[in-house]
Amino acid sequence: MKAPVSWLRDFVVIPADATGRDVAELLLKVGFEVEGVDSVGDVQGPLVVGRVISIEELPDLKKPIRWCQVEVGAAHGNADTPGIRGIVCGARNFAEGDLVVVALPGTTLPGDFTIATRKTYGQISDGMICSAREIGLGDEHDGIIILPADSATPGDDAFPILGLGDQVLDIAVTPDRGYALSIRGLARELSIALGVEMTDPGQVLAELPAAAGEALACASDDTQACDLFVLQTLTGFDPKAPTPDFIKSRLAAVGVRSISLAVDVTNYVMFELGQPLHAFDADKISGTVRARRAVAGEKLETLDHVTRELVPDDLVIADDSGALSLAGTMGGLASEITDATTRIAIESAHFDPVVVARMSRRHKLSSESSRRFERGVDRMLAPIAAARVAELLISFGGAEFAGSAGVETAPAKSVIEFDPALPSRIAGHTYSQDLVKEILIAVGCTVTESAGAWAVTPPSWRPDLIVPIDLVEEIVRIDGFDNVPTRLPVAPKGRGLTQKQRLQRRAGLHLAGRGLVEVRNYPFVGVSELDALELAQDDVRRNALRLANSLSDEQPLMRTTLLPGLLTAVTRNISRGSTDVALYEIASVSLLRVGQSANGGTNPPRPEVNGRPNDSLLSELEALLPDQPLHFAAVLTGATSPAGWWGSAANYSWRDAITAVLNLGLELGVVIDVEAGVLAPWHPGRCASLSVNGVVIGHAGELSPRVLENLGLPKRAVALEIHLDVVLANAQSVASAPTVNTFPVAKEDIALIVADAVAAKDVLATIKDAAGELLEDVRLFDVYQGAQIGEGNKSLAFAMRFRASDRTLSSQEVAEAREGAIAAAQKLHGATLRG
Amino acid sequence: MSAPNKSFDPVEVSTLSQENIDENVANAIAAIAGANSLDELKEVRLAHTGDRSPLALANREIGALPPAAKAEAGKRIGQARGKVNQCLEVRTLELEVLRDQLLLIEETVDVTMAAATVAQGARHPLTTIQEQISDVFLALGYELAEGPEIEAEWFNFDALNIAPDHPARTMQDTFFAGNEDSGIVLRTHTSPVQIRSMLKRELPIYVVCPGRVFRTDELDATHSPVFHQVEALVIDRGITLADLKGTLDHFAQSMFGEGIVTRLRPSYFPFTEPSAEVDLQCFVCRGASIDNPEAACRTCRSEGWIEWGGCGMVNPKVLVACGIDPDEYTGFAFGMGLERTLMFRHGITDMRDMVEGDIRFTRAFGLGV
Ligand SMILES: [Zn+2]
Repeated sequence: MKAPVSWLRDFVVIPADATGRDVAELLLKVGFEVEGVDSVGDVQGPLVVGRVISIEELPDLKKPIRWCQVEVGAAHGNADTPGIRGIVCGARNFAEGDLVVVALPGTTLPGDFTIATRKTYGQISDGMICSAREIGLGDEHDGIIILPADSATPGDDAFPILGLGDQVLDIAVTPDRGYALSIRGLARELSIALGVEMTDPGQVLAELPAAAGEALACASDDTQACDLFVLQTLTGFDPKAPTPDFIKSRLAAVGVRSISLAVDVTNYVMFELGQPLHAFDADKISGTVRARRAVAGEKLETLDHVTRELVPDDLVIADDSGALSLAGTMGGLASEITDATTRIAIESAHFDPVVVARMSRRHKLSSESSRRFERGVDRMLAPIAAARVAELLISFGGAEFAGSAGVETAPAKSVIEFDPALPSRIAGHTYSQDLVKEILIAVGCTVTESAGAWAVTPPSWRPDLIVPIDLVEEIVRIDGFDNVPTRLPVAPKGRGLTQKQRLQRRAGLHLAGRGLVEVRNYPFVGVSELDALELAQDDVRRNALRLANSLSDEQPLMRTTLLPGLLTAVTRNISRGSTDVALYEIASVSLLRVGQSANGGTNPPRPEVNGRPNDSLLSELEALLPDQPLHFAAVLTGATSPAGWWGSAANYSWRDAITAVLNLGLELGVVIDVEAGVLAPWHPGRCASLSVNGVVIGHAGELSPRVLENLGLPKRAVALEIHLDVVLANAQSVASAPTVNTFPVAKEDIALIVADAVAAKDVLATIKDAAGELLEDVRLFDVYQGAQIGEGNKSLAFAMRFRASDRTLSSQEVAEAREGAIAAAQKLHGATLRG
Repeated sequence: MSAPNKSFDPVEVSTLSQENIDENVANAIAAIAGANSLDELKEVRLAHTGDRSPLALANREIGALPPAAKAEAGKRIGQARGKVNQCLEVRTLELEVLRDQLLLIEETVDVTMAAATVAQGARHPLTTIQEQISDVFLALGYELAEGPEIEAEWFNFDALNIAPDHPARTMQDTFFAGNEDSGIVLRTHTSPVQIRSMLKRELPIYVVCPGRVFRTDELDATHSPVFHQVEALVIDRGITLADLKGTLDHFAQSMFGEGIVTRLRPSYFPFTEPSAEVDLQCFVCRGASIDNPEAACRTCRSEGWIEWGGCGMVNPKVLVACGIDPDEYTGFAFGMGLERTLMFRHGITDMRDMVEGDIRFTRAFGLGV
């Protein structure tokens, strides 16, 4: 809400020397944030009121030019002609005797244009007669500014008359404070901050002449949605009557364009009082003007030239012919005021905030009017605002007052039972009862004290004050948060992080410690990204929840896999010159539940908020949501350790993707099993299926060449994605200590030739099993394929370590264990010992 | 050096004379001293103590001496050999030390070639600041509460006193999942976790909830449709605004240094009342930049305060919606944007750096902020 300081001064006495900044500070004190302070016009120097004494048309020029003698006051004339200046002027909208605005030599106008005495059209022009645009007061350039006759004296400073140099505050008004979307409301806050009385324009009913004509009738068919409706009828209005400059300049200052006198006046009164108003061309209305709900199928073309399909929930202002306007939101085109309108009907009504809010949302139509009704308008204002509009149109538009109609449904009187000790209890700071009362009265409440709870009646302009805590907020706000002391509350003994939270932190530290860099990607994904992963059409990862209003048509889905975001981030890093990129993300994905639609359902449960919903309602709410398991995924490409003077590079390979998961399992005490797997986007021959206790938790390995090509990624890039929740749930809660055996170790290496199809993992398991409990550790350390061992075979070399817990092993014992392992491998896998 | 006594000619027994022995010893000692490496010394050892060395040869001749002379000659030779061996030992040690020293010199490398350039992992600063903040509150006895990012509208709005037609719902531009009547949204703030905590936990409640939230803003240097907040909620008997202010100051000091305070300005949030904006005292200039162009401050734009978050006393309506008696319990809540906090705390100038996952950005933060 923009508020010119001069307008505020109409209703509250602000110290004469207070700047816009000072006023902003005062408002800040009572909780209104001022986002900016602007100055009206950018004019400096001698700008004065002048009276045109004589006009001489200069002959023989291409366009008509006038040579004027202008009276500018004794102090401003020049030596030859005391009090008078000769000025050349191209405008023609003025006559001898008119009061005009003169920029004397030395005046600087917007655009850094300084007026000087100069010779032009054969005359000495000693200043400039100004138009509104020339001094930064709007767009009008049709003619120069003519001040109302006798409104000033030649030589007067024109700055205050034009509102130039006025400071305009841009105030952030929170949605609970509808009353502050008006000069009246802000003046009240200012008066509280200054501790002075205000003159309330919202409580002055303009005296209108006696009704002299036929007034349109009005009615409200829905007294809940419209409990107050005032309709004034004016006749004999001059549609050509100009808007007075003070209204124009004030509207310009609050950011509203001048349209016509009738419209400008309704806007002016709305900004001043906070009551939205609407002016109809009364000649286009037939019958009674009524507030009613729309009929299904009804249509209305609004002022923005959009034809709107109405629904029965909409509230319209209608006559016998149909809807005239969307109540409190926007007028209709058919009944609009035109430059031929002479009969005007002024609607000033009170609408239900929720009705207007719904309508405004439904039609995606937010207007100055709807913003105010949504936030609550002072119910007492309607007749006062209507009378004020009539008064202005009578005095500036030559209108006559035909009469007024009105209907009202009295509201329930709202009285708050208020414990005056409550503010102290909430704030932890003692407010005296006198102070509490003083503040309540300052904000407009009526307070009836009694021994127990007080009866507090909020003012009509504060529909937001409903319950005691609303009053507490006023006490704290006006007294100031700074007066509240500080205290650190003592929490009960906490249990620290949960096991899952601790493990998740540990997983992150582990991964980063092993050289991976964390990313936090957006959860949005598109079908094309899933296509690039070569996912099958029936892949569950295509069952993604769809956003109703995604930012981009490219990414309307919620991710079911972390890989697309990781792959995009890897591509971005590579395009920026990084070559060795290992990224990981730990985040939740969303997976539709069985029967859940990507487009969501309708009619979700909406539990009342007047008490705790019962458990079955709460579980219905939970059931709305998709599964959101925590995933861990990574994409690795380039060198894990780059080449250099120290040696050659080690590049990320399928093995790194799998060991990254296995090592994480080791860190968290979870045994993860590896098997060959097939799943997009992985290379079908280089993909591991990973499982915990027989449940598949994810996959790791090299990305398929096709996917890498789709994404323009380097060859051999690898990736992994697992259900981290499952791993964390299976993690060891308390690590158990091993027995550290101090007897000497015996080492044996064996190389076994097996067919290619035999999995190393299986041979390893056999060795472990057969070598018995003396085997401390066995590890695959070399693989050989080649002519020496025959086509279709591979040689697996295992390093074995033997140790007993109670003695030094004899070479015979070790040999027996070794032979046992070899024999078992021969039997189970057809292995032969490589010589 | 005397020639070998091939013929055992008694005339040559002069090799056992004291003079001759002394000469051999002197020769040996000179040769030992002249050896400049362990290899040279090995040759010297062979020549002067080996089987064919003059002293060894002289020793052999003892056998041919008359028995009366044997003892004396043996003693003479023995002493001579002892002297030579001792010299050898000393020189060996000297040369070993020298060898070791030379080896170390030879093995010297340019240690400045080593640099911390090998692939180095890092955690995202948004992750680690969440942990740092959580730890501040965990130390006070709070617990870490979590909730889903795709959330029921009821938790995100209704239960927080944001009725379906409340203007605040349009304040927050919400992503709706499925369709606009599905009842599912991407949570617009971490506040639904407050509701979940109040419904699930036993009173009193002291929780901190960091997390990812969503609003329909386009990504630019200062906005992101996906961002992070941290929120704290306390519900207990006798909780007041003073407790809120004290907790905020403690939080500010834990994150920004001793003596840093916060300031509250009245505001509006449907789920708290009274509500306020939280300003953080500028931790760089501590206000010294206000009206002081000489000492302008970039962090607070010389205003002395930085807008940090929102807070307030939990609205009784919210307590009621969660089945908590507002006459018995009161509470406070506050929340801050984490991207914003990182930006002014670490001098990050562009929101996109926290979004795009460029390893050069993230690595600068290592394992913690
Ligand atoms: Zn500063």
